[in-house]
Amino acid sequence: MAEVLVYVDHVDGAVRKPTLELLTLARRIGEPVAVALGNGAADTAAALAEHGAVKVLTHDASEYAEYLVVPKVDALQAAYEAVSPAAVLVPSSAEGKEIAARLALRIGSGIITDAVDLEAGDEGPVATQSVFAAAFTTKSRVIKGTPVITVKPNSAAVEAAPAAGAVEALNVTFSEKATGTKITGRTPRESTGRPELTEAAIVVSGGRGVNGAENFAIIEALADSLGAAVGASRAAVDAGWYPHTNQVGQTGKSVSPQLYIASGISGAIQHRAGMQTSKTIVAINKDPEAPIFDLVDYGVVGDLFDVVPQLTEEVKTRKG
Amino acid sequence: MSLRIVVTVKYVPDATGDRHFADDLTVDRDDVDGLLSELDEYAVEQALQIAEDADDAEVTVLTVGPEDAKDALRKALSMGADKAIHVEDEDLHGTDAIGTSLVLAKAVEKAGYDLVISGMASTDGTMGVVPALLAERLGVPQVTLLSEVSVEDGTVKGRRDGDAASEQLEASLPAVVSVTDQSGEARYPSFKGIMAAKKKPVESWDLSDLDIDAEEVGLDGAYTKVDSATERPARTAGTIVKDEGEGGKQLAEFLAGQKFI
Ligand SMILES: Cc1cc2nc3c(=O)[nH]c(=O)nc-3n(C[C@H](O)[C@H](O)[C@H](O)COP(=O)(O)OP(=O)(O)OC[C@H]3O[C@@H](n4cnc5c(N)ncnc54)[C@H](O)[C@@H]3O)c2cc1C
Ligand SMILES: Nc1ncnc2c1ncn2[C@@H]1O[C@H](COP(=O)(O)O)[C@@H](O)[C@H]1O
Repeated sequence: MAEVLVYVDHVDGAVRKPTLELLTLARRIGEPVAVALGNGAADTAAALAEHGAVKVLTHDASEYAEYLVVPKVDALQAAYEAVSPAAVLVPSSAEGKEIAARLALRIGSGIITDAVDLEAGDEGPVATQSVFAAAFTTKSRVIKGTPVITVKPNSAAVEAAPAAGAVEALNVTFSEKATGTKITGRTPRESTGRPELTEAAIVVSGGRGVNGAENFAIIEALADSLGAAVGASRAAVDAGWYPHTNQVGQTGKSVSPQLYIASGISGAIQHRAGMQTSKTIVAINKDPEAPIFDLVDYGVVGDLFDVVPQLTEEVKTRKG
Repeated sequence: MSLRIVVTVKYVPDATGDRHFADDLTVDRDDVDGLLSELDEYAVEQALQIAEDADDAEVTVLTVGPEDAKDALRKALSMGADKAIHVEDEDLHGTDAIGTSLVLAKAVEKAGYDLVISGMASTDGTMGVVPALLAERLGVPQVTLLSEVSVEDGTVKGRRDGDAASEQLEASLPAVVSVTDQSGEARYPSFKGIMAAKKKPVESWDLSDLDIDAEEVGLDGAYTKVDSATERPARTAGTIVKDEGEGGKQLAEFLAGQKFI
């Protein structure tokens, strides 16, 4: 069976969920061979094996943390040459897309980004994408070279599928260009203790209607009662009420949770672009004409300062 | 010596219009008004600020696109760019990211550059890969997705806010930079700027000017193929209630019914 290269996104050896989803998709096309780089690379093996990786190629060097993107491209290319895979799958993070694109160019292949589904086809893997702010769904293929495809979080279920997961050291020689962009400082993001926005089953978002940084406590309280992640519209982020990392939309995160609750958000096209594919959508807005109501399964026309706290209380009571 | 900055800008269909696909499954560019991609305005803005801080600098805006793409160049010129290059050729129709990066790389090399500044992503394709591809092709450092950028003594520095961490980056020129919409509001063209733009030079290049074969670009040269594009069915109308004092409780009832509580 053909091998499929899967680029592993991990933090010091802890594999992030989108990579496990990639393994599910990779198994539809062939046998997953994972590539894990940097600090803790070898520690990823157990989780990867449990989810279907037949092999885990690992390599650690200080270059991965000290220089931007290119060392990782060099390593992925080395893995590509060692394995000659039928496809290369990479998580659709900002960095993942850049790594994938440069690899595609080097190996003479086409690239598809932000797939939301992947199936085996007669002429190679078929990627589903959601385009024009999710107004259209397309199906595409790479028609030259080995398909390089980046896949968005939440595109497949994580499935246990134990495989050998044999760890092998990857041989990497860094290119002359690898040290072109130096990372001179790094401030890790502080954990909020809440689920990752892109991975959460429930997202509770606030917009301009929240009217102040201090009022976001209301949104957080609802999120915590549901075990949800917190999102924000760009208007709320631009006003400085909530961090940019939590922005949902075209220039923020794309989310596709089971439940999305929008409070004080009008539903501009750029916001929709990042949440329109959520399974169930709920909105609270005092303007009955707000375009967000075109998307909802359930909407409450009202003041969020009344509705949201009442909802939070009711959730707590029901959960006991 | 003068700092030569080239800003890559894309002409895109207006996101608030009714965007759709043409029969050949390329983005339809005829039925929806086009404009300079909003995300490339941030690139123009940072280029102008860097130029203002330099002793001597020249800002060239570059687009690859159909005839109407001149509008995007005009807008950038009226914001303050010095000159423009329009790469236009019948054979470019349907070019994908790999092909676009080839054309941009050749054009940037022909124009001469110390610094290329791109937007974070185009608002139609939203791939966010062209700057990285451009750096790979040019063989220069990529310093991308910056929310803060500065240039001093032949070095570009910036801040990249990633998922796991915020990073400080540094590279020597020449380099390819891309900036996000967090990099600072783009200026509006002034009346004076709009008038001045009319007199600024716009060069037109075709594929032969760039020594690119037609087979390398366009729909035929593409590395990817769209097999189908289907309009997403409208969401079925939901229940909308007016809050009469029990709105939160009603919502909880709905969520419980859906097994979220
Ligand atoms: C290139 C580009 C990229 C963009 N990217 C993004 C993006 O990634 N994400 C994003 O969100 N936006 C993005 N935008 C901005 C987008 O166009 C909108 O401006 C933004 O989404 C508006 O945010 P909002 O809904 O919070 O604010 P508004 O549109 O001002 O809406 C606020 C809503 O709150 C309601 N409200 C006010 N007070 C209350 C109350 N007490 N109770 C209940 N409801 C109340 C109002 O009725 C109104 O509907 C982008 C724009 C551009 C041009
Ligand atoms: N046809 C084009 N002409 C000029 N610049 C472009 C073109 N396509 C993409 N770019 C640049 O590359 C950036 C990222 O585009 P993309 O990778 O398509 O999302 C844009 O913000 C532009 O700066």
